[in-house]
Amino acid sequence: MLHIINKSPQERNSLDSCLRVTQSGAVLLIEDAVYAATRGNAAEAKLREAMGSLKVYALGPDLDARGMSDRLIDGVTAVDYAGFVDLVAEHPNCQSWL
Amino acid sequence: MSEGAIKKFMFVNRKAPYGTVYALEALETVLITAAFDQDVSLVFMDDGVFQLKKGQQTKGIETKNFSPTYRALDGYDIEKLYVEQESMEARGLTEDDLLVDVTVMSRADMGKLMEEMDVVLSC
Repeated sequence: MLHIINKSPQERNSLDSCLRVTQSGAVLLIEDAVYAATRGNAAEAKLREAMGSLKVYALGPDLDARGMSDRLIDGVTAVDYAGFVDLVAEHPNCQSWL
Repeated sequence: MSEGAIKKFMFVNRKAPYGTVYALEALETVLITAAFDQDVSLVFMDDGVFQLKKGQQTKGIETKNFSPTYRALDGYDIEKLYVEQESMEARGLTEDDLLVDVTVMSRADMGKLMEEMDVVLSC
């Protein structure tokens, strides 16, 4: 399953909840959730741990907008909008965490 | 408010810039408040510190990049910008990452400063 998160890890617990129950598949961070994939963020350790079993992506245009593209955590893949569509198409199902 | 009275206004920015409209709306309210010659302080804490991050490029999300406006605030005599140190550190940011000069403040000092205000708006 592709898990889509759009809220900052410091503002909502959607990333926490997602990682708590998810053992495999992929997580795509969009909008304010991209902050979770940046170096020095309080969520960094938790995300790195999850990357042992999940593939993690972040939406590039959202990183650019926030001035955070140059501090993406190693191992997280930045994708553009076409990549977003590909991820949705490649996975059998997806969940947008609200 | 009597004619000519100046109150101390504080805007407490706690949201990241583009995920919601709060940051932009707060900025517009700040400019209006300054136009009425009020004493304005801006606080950036929690995800609000992200509003001041250098290098914002919003072309890809087709949204107005309002971050240059923070640099224009001193032209409106808005020079009291405060950032809570703990919020900044929890997000991997330092003062060098911010696009304007700010006063970095501990959470304890921030609380004291809030106490001195006449009007505090959280956004």
